[in-house]
Amino acid sequence: MLLKHEPNPEQIKAEKLYQQMGLSDEEFTMVENILGRIPNWTETGLFSVMWSEHCSYKTSKPVLKKFPTTGEKVLQGPGEGAGIVDIGDNQAVVFKIESHNHPSAIEPYQGAATGVGGIIRDVFSMGARPIAMLNSLRFGELDSARVKYLFKEVVAGIAGYGNCIGIPTVGGEVQFEPSYEGNPLVNAMCVGLIDHKDIKKGQAHGAGNTVMYVGAKTGRDGIHGATFASEELTEQSDEKRPAVQVGDPFMEKLLLEACLELVQSDALVGIQDMGAAGLTSSSAEMASKAGMGIEMNLDLVPQRETGMTAYEMMLSESQERMLIVIEKGREQEIIDLFKKYDLEAVAIGTVTDDKKLRLIHHGEIVADVPVDALAEDAPVYHKPSKEPAYFAEFQAMAPEVPQVDDIKETFIQILSQPTVASKEWVYEQYDYMVRTNTVVAPGSDAAVLRIRGTKKALAMTTDCNSRFVYLDPQTGGKIAVAEAARNLVCSGAEPLAVTDNLNFGSPEKPEVFWQIEKSADGISEACRVLGTPVIGGNVSLYNETSGTAVYPTPVIGMVGLVTDLDHITTQPFKNSGDLIYLVGETKPEFGGSELQKLLNNGRIYGKAPEINIELEKERQDQVLAAIRAGVVQSAHDLAEGGLAVALAECLFDNGELGADIHLNGNPVTALFSESQSRFLLSVKKEDQQQFESLVAAELIGQVNQTGSLNITVEGENILEAEVAELRAAWKGAIPCLLKSRD
Amino acid sequence: MKFAVIVFPGSNCDVDMYHAIKDELGEEVEYVWHDADTLDSYDGILLPGGFSYGDYLRTGAIARFSRVMQEVIKAADAGKPILGVCNGFQILLEAGLLPGAMRRNESLSFICKPVELKVENNTTMFTNSYEEGQTITIPVAHGEGNYYCDQETLANLKAKKQIVFTYKQNPNGSLENIAGIINENGNVLGMMPHPERAVDALLGSADGLKLFQSIVKTWRESHVVKA
Repeated sequence: MLLKHEPNPEQIKAEKLYQQMGLSDEEFTMVENILGRIPNWTETGLFSVMWSEHCSYKTSKPVLKKFPTTGEKVLQGPGEGAGIVDIGDNQAVVFKIESHNHPSAIEPYQGAATGVGGIIRDVFSMGARPIAMLNSLRFGELDSARVKYLFKEVVAGIAGYGNCIGIPTVGGEVQFEPSYEGNPLVNAMCVGLIDHKDIKKGQAHGAGNTVMYVGAKTGRDGIHGATFASEELTEQSDEKRPAVQVGDPFMEKLLLEACLELVQSDALVGIQDMGAAGLTSSSAEMASKAGMGIEMNLDLVPQRETGMTAYEMMLSESQERMLIVIEKGREQEIIDLFKKYDLEAVAIGTVTDDKKLRLIHHGEIVADVPVDALAEDAPVYHKPSKEPAYFAEFQAMAPEVPQVDDIKETFIQILSQPTVASKEWVYEQYDYMVRTNTVVAPGSDAAVLRIRGTKKALAMTTDCNSRFVYLDPQTGGKIAVAEAARNLVCSGAEPLAVTDNLNFGSPEKPEVFWQIEKSADGISEACRVLGTPVIGGNVSLYNETSGTAVYPTPVIGMVGLVTDLDHITTQPFKNSGDLIYLVGETKPEFGGSELQKLLNNGRIYGKAPEINIELEKERQDQVLAAIRAGVVQSAHDLAEGGLAVALAECLFDNGELGADIHLNGNPVTALFSESQSRFLLSVKKEDQQQFESLVAAELIGQVNQTGSLNITVEGENILEAEVAELRAAWKGAIPCLLKSRD
Repeated sequence: MKFAVIVFPGSNCDVDMYHAIKDELGEEVEYVWHDADTLDSYDGILLPGGFSYGDYLRTGAIARFSRVMQEVIKAADAGKPILGVCNGFQILLEAGLLPGAMRRNESLSFICKPVELKVENNTTMFTNSYEEGQTITIPVAHGEGNYYCDQETLANLKAKKQIVFTYKQNPNGSLENIAGIINENGNVLGMMPHPERAVDALLGSADGLKLFQSIVKTWRESHVVKA
């Protein structure tokens, strides 16, 4: 009877109602051909969400194929909830990154919170205990009330969810650029730990087995969220607020503990998160991956609201729900297990062998479609690609060294840029210590967590300098991977693998598609050379407002293994008298640099810094060897703001230490160039010989107890600054920007 | 000595408390579910941090109605050591085992960082391994740690030396920098900072260990005497 309110198949076709759901005319014809009839309203909904870019990767698939995804330690590559990498002793690390950009643009607190909740479910759906969260955030400049609101609420949303569920948020990055003004990026990464024997998959094996629904009830929230995520943001996007879900971290905490208990039960056959496209994607994908079908009676789905239609139930993205398949006859065990946590587990269907997704509602079959058509056979598009005009223009520019009149004043300004400044205001809102494994807290190059009961630790980071990717997507893609690996090496870890989040504008624009392709080429090359395969990730396209795309932002999440707790290294200088070394040469490279942006009112141009991945690998290996030999006191990679910023950051943790530095060449280049593949290390005097035998590095100075940073170039005093003054600028910048009126 | 770590739905520092006792202190410890109807077999009761019942309504306001809380009150009346940390402290306040109430942090934001505490009273069963006036570093991680009580209660707390820890630099706006208080009988301690997060120098501080050592030392002394 409820179906009366829904258009009939003929109307859907004649009035092209499928277009509102995001299906094109050609796609609708494909659906008709697959079914041999016109789909009804519910079926049209199923295809529209499963064939959205968010679920099907229909435009990014040809690009994603470029990534290296295998390696001897890879236990699970892309295709499941999260990737898995072996770390020895029958343990493995599970991780994935995911975006929640569009929801966060219109409802920042809940958008960010549910982004956290979703990626956590992806990790525990593999059977893993989530041990850490990271994030990667992009906002417009902190000079408008709207951006400040988005920034504050996104951070509060991440904190609200992560703190409550009790998973430490240990690291991340925040970048501020005008291009993200209307379309912030909110990427959340979860890292989990698992014993090999506990690895689970989202597969619905065994005809006759029971499909159960566990967790929160289904409501009308988030309907068509996946479709919404696959469109550009417009002035009308605010009307899509109902497509943003509301999170309940308390419910997820219960669900997490119950599911981890469930994983130990041999009644469990398969488990998958109801994430994007909710019940539709979880059921269709689990059946398709197992080569089976699923029949579900929607009357049995726990519902939060009355009168929900099949269409609404299947497309709802209500949070904190999982779909599980268990051995037939063992339903009661599962019901009892979930009851302990005050959760419902309800049998709603059966695994079939006809490879169909069949839905029954009020005694009628309301959908009957092939699961492979939904999950696997989505159309794949090879979008036209075109080099944008700006690229040739930037490439033709000769390198230039910016004119800096007052080095100290400029330096302080750079330290006060929110992208460079201390992120303490952000990470102090995150519980980064709960579960008491966090050895290196936020603020260093990478976060490090010990693995209880072993001598091992995991290092983790997220990185992407999107300015470089914009100037030169291929080089920028390489730099993102290299920087992530460099951060891990600085913490004493060997990089293991990558999860990527490709945040781009509309792929319908050939220039944007070119950025996607080129950056994927760069990422692929870097991952091959550095030995870090891509084990999973996420694609977020259509990040545009009013026709303007964000900077291309392929965020790299990377995890590394510290083989011995003694190798853990942090960035601050440790002792007066230690020698300071710079690894890597410094060239006049200012395209996309913090200095260039500062001096040109936010505009960047020219070539991105060069990077030679083989050389990068060689240096990383040398630095790691020295760290493992125990001759490195501190290690820091050189990034935004160049050597000057890196030196200051090494001094900020300690009230008394200072440094005397002697450099050569052009002072502006020496201090502020953002040349790649560089490290700043400190070494005890007695280790000098051994260190120099392991690492090709230039001795540039010494740590002292003056509490000031003094730099000479070509023998001339260039900078004399009290560390306290530098620290005040660096620490105060973000709180100050948030307080100021616009 | 045998400890119970009470697990409410939404507790999330239960694991940290458990490992602090088992791995660092080397004493017996078990998790006890919120619907337990006896705590007779335990010598010390630990209420861990977290977000019991999602902190819905008010922090600790729902958890205090849990079945096990009647047993916690019994154990308190029997003089057993009861330690509530963070959300555990909030639950003790809601249950009336300690006076006062918790407000949102002055900043209105969650705050997580190591802070310096002053040991105001080192004569309690929780602090007798510290020096009086000693400065210790223990992390805080809370959104509602802004302790408040009326003037009469405050005067009482002071007169009976019930203020056990104060913040050297107040992170949340709490009255008189109060970080932890004890009941009149001296066996129920509530504190916002997390001593269980400060039991291993690898993670930044081991200053919290002495708190647990004090409990064990006091228990051993009283039980040796009885024996």
